[in-house]
Amino acid sequence: MYEIRNLRLSFPDMAHKPLFGAPPQIEILKGLSFDIPKGVVLGIVGGSGSGKSTLGRAMLRLLEPSSGTIRFDGTDITHLSEPELRPLRRRFQMIFQDPMSSLNPRRQVHGLIAGPLRLHGMEDVTGRVSRALDMVGLPQNFATRYPHELSGGQRQRVGIARALALEPDFILADEIVSGLDVSSQAQVLNLLSQLVDELRMTLAFISHDLSVIRRLCTRVLVLHHGKIVEQAETAALFDAPAADYTRELLAAIPLPDPYQEWA
Amino acid sequence: MSGFLDIKGLTLRLRGGPTILRSVSLRVASGKVHGLVGESGAGKSTIGKAVLGTLPRAIEITGGEIWLDGVNLLALPPRERRRRIGATAALIPQDPLTALNPSKRIGPQITRRLIDILGWSKADANRRARDILDEVHIPDVARVMRSYPHELSGGMRQRVLIASAFAAEPKLIVADEPTTALDVTVQKQILRLINEMRARHGTALLFVTHDLGVVSKVCNSLSVLYAGKVVEEAQMHRFFTQPIHPYSRALLAATPTYLDPDGSLQPVPAEVIQEVETEVHQHAQRAGYDV
Repeated sequence: MYEIRNLRLSFPDMAHKPLFGAPPQIEILKGLSFDIPKGVVLGIVGGSGSGKSTLGRAMLRLLEPSSGTIRFDGTDITHLSEPELRPLRRRFQMIFQDPMSSLNPRRQVHGLIAGPLRLHGMEDVTGRVSRALDMVGLPQNFATRYPHELSGGQRQRVGIARALALEPDFILADEIVSGLDVSSQAQVLNLLSQLVDELRMTLAFISHDLSVIRRLCTRVLVLHHGKIVEQAETAALFDAPAADYTRELLAAIPLPDPYQEWA
Repeated sequence: MSGFLDIKGLTLRLRGGPTILRSVSLRVASGKVHGLVGESGAGKSTIGKAVLGTLPRAIEITGGEIWLDGVNLLALPPRERRRRIGATAALIPQDPLTALNPSKRIGPQITRRLIDILGWSKADANRRARDILDEVHIPDVARVMRSYPHELSGGMRQRVLIASAFAAEPKLIVADEPTTALDVTVQKQILRLINEMRARHGTALLFVTHDLGVVSKVCNSLSVLYAGKVVEEAQMHRFFTQPIHPYSRALLAATPTYLDPDGSLQPVPAEVIQEVETEVHQHAQRAGYDV
């Protein structure tokens, strides 16, 4: 699905911009290479500032890489222009972290899910919206509700339904459960793993929480300061973490267990 | 042993609206950490605000007592109450970026409270600020005192706020989700630091968090809240080995851990929510306030 080679991405560092002249460049992604085969659920984990969200945005070409290549389903999308990207955009979708700010508060659920469908000229919009609601386990009468009338977990289901309705080949989920209470988090995680099984989705799941990653992902990629420090099958990574940073991350997680050695 | 902080039957409501805390009672002894856990909207931060006297105007206290260091705060006139709270309690807030004034240097932000509210001399306050920053393991204290908040990392900013909270030797600290905005590796350092400071200064700590993992590492006891009511109060080890209330058990079952990849992750079941709701309702009827 995705082949990524030596991906680099820099931003201008405005904090160190001289009064005149160009600001220095700060490199966020420092040469990343990895594949996401079809049907894989890839967990991308790292601390804040590790570049995990930037990587996600580059994969969906919301950002343009400075160098390297991103191939999506055989097509080199690294430097495609916006008009060239548009027909591809339906095929890779994103679920956002905060559904309260990513869902337009003035639109009803139906309109929120139908909007992207109309934009991509898809047929049978109403049927697709209703099937998407079914898939995420929301009752049909939610179609006429506004985001503020939903709980956090329900709102995040709308975010998922909106991505699913387009029948994409790939979905990027960026920290989609970190703002939720444990109970809603459990619901959304269970829903996602069920959808992954049923639809054989290819998914990249960005999270800072290794406990969540372990529940859902088949492979894990650990980022630290813009570099991949480890990539492995999930079970292997948790059984025998190879990189020091991965071990440090695992050791820092407070388990809900007063007897855990945590000094 | 009587608690250093002793809350008895605290009941709050939105003015002209619903009740948001229902007869909450809890105790925190000196040198001990009591956790307040629950999902969002359960009222855990509101308890902290009630203790520190920082409730929004829209909320009124309709019943109960808050005893801090042997004095019932709610029986004091407002001025006296503020003075007592200022002299004995402090807050470690959640978000170190919004809690610090972005346009002021770190040093004056720590000393201001000491000088303006507690009446210290400027020289004493400065000396104290340097000592306490040193105590929270901040390297190059002189430079940090002159820095602006944006020049420090998230972990450093949280250290500054911990230093600031401990600066006036308060007897009670309310920590409101102090590590929620931080990475796990930084969280670990900060929790360790909070524990170390609490032990050294013998401070009582009221620790608000939604993370049961964090609770199990720092607290001696905890209260589980649902819809403004304490559904279970327990010593920490007992809570994790034998949780009594169905809602507590449900919360534990909904918390993922990386050790248990295949065990089923259970959202809080509808029956449990129903049961707690009924309990809250019956309690409301007995106590005679609107739900």
